[in-house]
Amino acid sequence: MRASPTILPLRLSGVAYDVGGRRLVEGIDLVLSGPGRVIVLGPNGAGKSLFLRLCHGLLSPTQGKVEWLGPGASLKARRHLLVAQRPVMLRRSVLGDIIHALNLAGLGWTARRTAARAALERFGMTALADRPARILSGGEQQRLALARAWALRPEVLFLDEPTANLDPSATRAVEAMIDAFHAEGTKVVMTTHDLGQARRLADEILFMDRGRLIERAPAGAFFEAPHAPAAAAFLRGDLPW
Amino acid sequence: MNEIVDAFAAAAALVLSADPAFLEIVGLSLRVTLTAVAVAVAIGLPAGALLAIARFPGRGALVVLFNALMGMPPVVAGLVIYLLLSRSGPLGTLGLLFTPTGMVMAQAVLVLPIVLSIARQVIESLWAEYEEHLRSLGSSALRAVPTLLWDGRYSLITGILAGFGRASAEVGAVMIVGGNIAGATRTMTTAITLETGKGNLPLALGLGMVLLSLTLAINIAAHLVALVGQRRSG
Repeated sequence: MRASPTILPLRLSGVAYDVGGRRLVEGIDLVLSGPGRVIVLGPNGAGKSLFLRLCHGLLSPTQGKVEWLGPGASLKARRHLLVAQRPVMLRRSVLGDIIHALNLAGLGWTARRTAARAALERFGMTALADRPARILSGGEQQRLALARAWALRPEVLFLDEPTANLDPSATRAVEAMIDAFHAEGTKVVMTTHDLGQARRLADEILFMDRGRLIERAPAGAFFEAPHAPAAAAFLRGDLPW
Repeated sequence: MNEIVDAFAAAAALVLSADPAFLEIVGLSLRVTLTAVAVAVAIGLPAGALLAIARFPGRGALVVLFNALMGMPPVVAGLVIYLLLSRSGPLGTLGLLFTPTGMVMAQAVLVLPIVLSIARQVIESLWAEYEEHLRSLGSSALRAVPTLLWDGRYSLITGILAGFGRASAEVGAVMIVGGNIAGATRTMTTAITLETGKGNLPLALGLGMVLLSLTLAINIAAHLVALVGQRRSG
């Protein structure tokens, strides 16, 4: 589907991040590549959202480096996107919101309209096209954010708790969209609190605890027998603190 | 008492008669004020947006200064432009004193702080909400300005209407800079001042009615804009 050269692998070396003198992310060394879906698990405050923002470049690490090593990384176009837990909706129509994102990506007048309609069409959201984006329901907003991301054809998609606060049917719709990204070759890296969702979607698990990446394992092995005691406790649903 | 009632009747007749001299005053007032608002918008919206998202030393002082200037007395704005345009002033050679163009400048000085400050406020809160999203999509702060102005459109229109209301109602600036010359720089407000002094109540009252209707229309417009904005943006 994508002709342009890859931006992967993504390498984090010794990444740490401080806020107001407090170290919230510490010593992350990691190389991400390949097609598998990566799910970042961990309790609240483990630094999962910060991790995604550091990878995406919205935050600059206090220490260490975040580098995209692939041959496509030097190109100007942004090939990775982040969809936040509560995605920002512009004060425009659903279609206008997607068109705006495509405009920033440098598409021409006609191309961005065509691509925006195609994205809505792709996910059966054409009926929403002219609705003001901000009055959509939470589930519809999350789907719009994913359709907007899809229109931009990212190679890597970071998702921060995409189904937090959504009901089961909205969650199912969002997961179907995530599947579509995966099927079409986008590497998905997402955080979730929903262990069932992690089991459904994950190819690989990153487990974070108190700002550190303490376990990385294929999903099957992780859910079978996590190595780190904190990960085991997390899976059992212990409330250690 | 009867005199006043008669004056009201005469004023109403004057408003309805479409008297050319009367219409000329109304027309000049609207032309001057609308042009001044257009100038203030052209400068104030982008400048306010930049002030909202740029970070530089002295920014806070500028914010306070423009907030304070929103309350600038019209006569002071008039005086400043008068000094600039007077024969010995730096712009004296342009010959703009006692012309509609000079009045536009004076009113633009009055309206600019309002448009700029409201734009700054609206854009600042929008930027706080949008910044991560826009940066994530690869937008620079500068590129974000048109996005933010468009998304703040309903609040900004309300601010522009407030500026229009202030300019159309003020008398001090246009009086000093325009000089209230019949057929040249006489506006509704300066005419009311003069005609009331001369005892020509029907003309003063008639113009007053037009001014009041204008104010009412501005407020209706502002209300409708806010309503539409709320429905479309939640």
